[in-house]
Amino acid sequence: MAELIPKSPCAGLLALTIGGMTASEVDAGMDAGVMTSLVPFRGREKAMSDALKAAHGMGFPAPGRATGRAGARAIWFGQGQALLQGPAPDASLGEYGSLTDQSDAWAVVRLEGKGVRDVLARLVPLDLRPGAFRRGHTARTDLAHMMASLTRVGENAFQIMVFRSMAETLVHDLKTAMEGVGARG
Amino acid sequence: MRVAGKGLLDRARTVTFTFDGVHYTGFQGDTLASALLANDVRLVARSFKYHRPRGFLSAGSEEPNGLMTIASGAAQEPNVRATVQEIFPGLEAVSQNRWPSLGFDVLSVNDLAAPFFSAGFYYKTFMWPRAFWEKVYEPVIRRAAGLGALSGLNNGDKYEAAWAHCDLLVIGAGPAGLMTALVAARAGADVILADEDARMGGRLLAETHAIDGQSGHVWAATVLDELATMDNVRLMTRTTVTGAYDQGTYSALERVGHHTAKRAAGAPLETFWRIVAKQAVLAAGALERPVAFANNDRPGIMTAGAVRSYLNRWGVSPGKSVAIFGNNDDAHRTAHDLVTAGVHVAAVIDSRHDAPLSDMFDVRRGAQVCDSSGRKGLESITIRSVSGQDRLQVDCLAMSGGWNPSVHLACHMNGRPEWRADIAAFVPTPGMVPGLHSAGACNGVFSTAACLRDGAGAANRALDALGLKGAVPEMPEAEDANYNLTPLWAVPGKGRAWLDFQNDVTVKDVKQAASENFRSVEHMKRYTTQGMATDQGKNSNVNALAVLADATGRGIPETGTTTFRAPYSPVSIAAMGASGQGAGFAPQRYTTSHGASVARGAPMIEAGLWYRPSFFPTKGETNWRQSCDREVNMVRQAVGVCDVSTLGKIDIQGPGAAELLDFVYTGMFSTLKTGRARYGLMLREDGHVMDDGTTARLGDTHYLMTTTTAAAGEVMRHLEFAHQGLMPHLDVSFISVTEQWAQFAIAGPKSRELLDRLLDSPLNRDDWPFMACGAVTVQGIAARLFRISFSGEHAYELAVPARYGAALFDLLLERAGALGGGPYGMEALNVLRIEKGFITHAEIHGRVTPSDIGMGRMISAKKDCIGKTMSQRPGLTDKAREQLVGLKPTGAVKQLTSGAHLFSQEDAGVRVNGQGYVTSVAFSPTLGHMIGLGFLKNGPARHGEIIRMVDHLRGVETLCEVVNPVFFDPEGGRARG
Repeated sequence: MAELIPKSPCAGLLALTIGGMTASEVDAGMDAGVMTSLVPFRGREKAMSDALKAAHGMGFPAPGRATGRAGARAIWFGQGQALLQGPAPDASLGEYGSLTDQSDAWAVVRLEGKGVRDVLARLVPLDLRPGAFRRGHTARTDLAHMMASLTRVGENAFQIMVFRSMAETLVHDLKTAMEGVGARG
Repeated sequence: MRVAGKGLLDRARTVTFTFDGVHYTGFQGDTLASALLANDVRLVARSFKYHRPRGFLSAGSEEPNGLMTIASGAAQEPNVRATVQEIFPGLEAVSQNRWPSLGFDVLSVNDLAAPFFSAGFYYKTFMWPRAFWEKVYEPVIRRAAGLGALSGLNNGDKYEAAWAHCDLLVIGAGPAGLMTALVAARAGADVILADEDARMGGRLLAETHAIDGQSGHVWAATVLDELATMDNVRLMTRTTVTGAYDQGTYSALERVGHHTAKRAAGAPLETFWRIVAKQAVLAAGALERPVAFANNDRPGIMTAGAVRSYLNRWGVSPGKSVAIFGNNDDAHRTAHDLVTAGVHVAAVIDSRHDAPLSDMFDVRRGAQVCDSSGRKGLESITIRSVSGQDRLQVDCLAMSGGWNPSVHLACHMNGRPEWRADIAAFVPTPGMVPGLHSAGACNGVFSTAACLRDGAGAANRALDALGLKGAVPEMPEAEDANYNLTPLWAVPGKGRAWLDFQNDVTVKDVKQAASENFRSVEHMKRYTTQGMATDQGKNSNVNALAVLADATGRGIPETGTTTFRAPYSPVSIAAMGASGQGAGFAPQRYTTSHGASVARGAPMIEAGLWYRPSFFPTKGETNWRQSCDREVNMVRQAVGVCDVSTLGKIDIQGPGAAELLDFVYTGMFSTLKTGRARYGLMLREDGHVMDDGTTARLGDTHYLMTTTTAAAGEVMRHLEFAHQGLMPHLDVSFISVTEQWAQFAIAGPKSRELLDRLLDSPLNRDDWPFMACGAVTVQGIAARLFRISFSGEHAYELAVPARYGAALFDLLLERAGALGGGPYGMEALNVLRIEKGFITHAEIHGRVTPSDIGMGRMISAKKDCIGKTMSQRPGLTDKAREQLVGLKPTGAVKQLTSGAHLFSQEDAGVRVNGQGYVTSVAFSPTLGHMIGLGFLKNGPARHGEIIRMVDHLRGVETLCEVVNPVFFDPEGGRARG
């Protein structure tokens, strides 16, 4: 009996290609899409970072930074908080802090292509020039009235996260901005 | 008329457009103004107050007269300056503020009545009868005096808002701005060069000066070519920087689609930019000021620089026989350029006795133009000199009272500019906007060579601040002529001499303001309305304050300027609100069951940003009450399913979790057993109720708090404040899991039966008493089950990871249907909770205390909590306070309404007799009549009393009995059993 069929936040909404830019859902099939918030206990920040490194290969990210790589990334997510994206958290991490499953809480979108910086300029107030917001930089920011997490994951690629319930609004706003940029050629 | 061989136009491409329904042709590159002048159309508008015939005064964005309505229908745009509007095939322009036509305007009778309409006339004239102002005077005045109108239709055009960031923002692309951008870009700075014009170059496009032996516009094009190839440069044409704000932020309006009929799909009409720049250089140029003399507002009279612009850039002469009137050497250039182009120059009238003479044209030294004639266009001017007065037949007069540097942006942070007597003008005071440097004409530097030098200098000052090293390029050779100005503000004499063309303010009005003691420049402005039109007095401010200075016997610097405010030129509200257009106004939050609910025809109701189903209509139901009553009965008799995912869920973990919860809740949570939930009440520091909800203990140091839908964010913030600000020693963390879990209430006597068939293993009765919680599995998927009830029935809430929410909702409905149940919406949920006397934010609206809602004893005596001390203030525990009661109708009228007020039966229903008010009402299908919750003075002691409910707004008056707020199953046996 397999009646409980999972549905991703952006199911039926993405992918979207406009003007050579593509917005697509990250792990739309939800095969490996585990996301866990990590908050080290008081005084256990270093131990948490070491454990994270040993288990998943990346240290606990500094504010505004993401560590790791595609498939296994730790993204700074707020004061004293990181989001481990990709692998299921190793049991050892629980010794050093609070872990909370966030796998289903966020719509995760990858925006890629030449001109995506212009698209984001219509959605977020951040300075995203290459010198100011490099690959591996991340921010919690306002994105068209939504609180979002934005991470640069490539030369012309960003990962955008908003609350799952806002997936439709995100896609609508991305589409509007992409069309505006696309129309300018 | 067109002048052969002149202008930077594409004469191979003709463009047809209409003005007031008449077809005209122009060339690609024309503005609406230059094309109309090329077609010898001089009368283009009627003035604001007196409906005087008007023509173009300028050739730029400062234009006060030539405002038109562009396009028709929903896209109709009023008050567009024709001097800025580029023509395109099919452009429709219509004149404004005239009826029935521009040539014959009935309200031009106002001009004859001018003596009654002087400064302050409506302050004096329309004082009585008092009620007439709003009903009679104002509507009449508004109809008579005005600008264009909006269509009243919903505008479907797209507007964008965007951010940009740079090291250096250069505002204006004339010689100074181009040189600034070039020096800074070559030094490696990230440069944005913004110019309001479609074509960059500024006055280089309008003058005949050479730079390094080539035409100024050719030099500009060469520089722009170089800038365009550089990755660190962004050129923004048609972009007006409109305001300077804190921390290097500038607003700018880009007109993306106004110049074309063919906009690409998805392209915006305008983009409103916020540009954040580490440094900025203002190179906004200068605006030429008119001279005030009698009847200086006739069509055909314009600024001398504008005449050069029309001639040199657009190949148009605004007249066949042109006179020039000025007080400076610069005005003579107009005569020079016209003569060179073959246009007849009747005379140069120069107020200076030492004005330079010319062998190309007649210069009349020490003379002034003192009047003009020609009703719908200039026909002649009157010249006064030591030898007397004479008339000169001309159809165009080019006037120059000198140039005002465009200091506006430099003053936007409330700085005041400095007066420079040598050029009789205000210039920016350095440092008025941090990080903003001024260069070129806006800095009081007027020759081309000096502008280029000043631009390079400003670039290097900005580069220094950026920590970059600039190099000064070899300065190109350019004219470096003197400006030589002797101030002339107003020519003495009779007749109305215009200062503010757009708001119809004359020299006499300013003098009258002074004589009536409105001597401060700010008072004069408001008394006369000078500078209050859409041009913000760009053409008139300095002249007006010079006249005021003269009238009050003060100097110009002592008189000072009015306050400069953003925007520099008009910005549409649509552009400023671009990101809030339509659905972009606020994000929409959808639950995982949204699609299924909509598919069942459920109308949605907004709860904060969330959308929740009101009710689920079934076949044959024609109004919401039928659906609601059915859903309530279904829950009371069988089982109902409701998506409750929108309630806030906060995961609280850490060794300090229990202690923190004891501190934020009135009740004790450290004693709660793992696997149990408890109702909690949270107070603000002032002792009033903030929010309520249940909190479950999932483990020793792990809790899950629920909040109301509306207060989820507020409670999270409150917890962070309580932790970081009040209890920083605790090791505890919070994270929202509202979105992680899809949660459904399963309520009703058959809820258990439903769950037993759904869960992988049936519930053991002893393990699941009321308020139990724990882990369960559904088809192998880890889920959480809570035995809690907001309906008063035997009920559960089942939570699964949100990815399974949609599927679980379908499954629950299928199972519920088999048991005679189904989904229920917000309406039924509300009825169910009112029947049980459960509160929502209708009751805990911010002014009630725990004792007001009968929960005074929930404040634990064993510990402190936020709000405890303040809730014990005498005023908050007074018995006479309004307290929660139930209400049921007893008389002939059976209606209860929320928001109605309560009175003792014998008292009149007036405010002073108020005994309380109604907060929630519903028709209870369970009880068969309406029920209500409300607050009544000393309410709990008055059960059984008959009181009067009066709804003054809806005109309803009902006798009700005060009863226990728990209408149904007061013992709670149904939920616990």
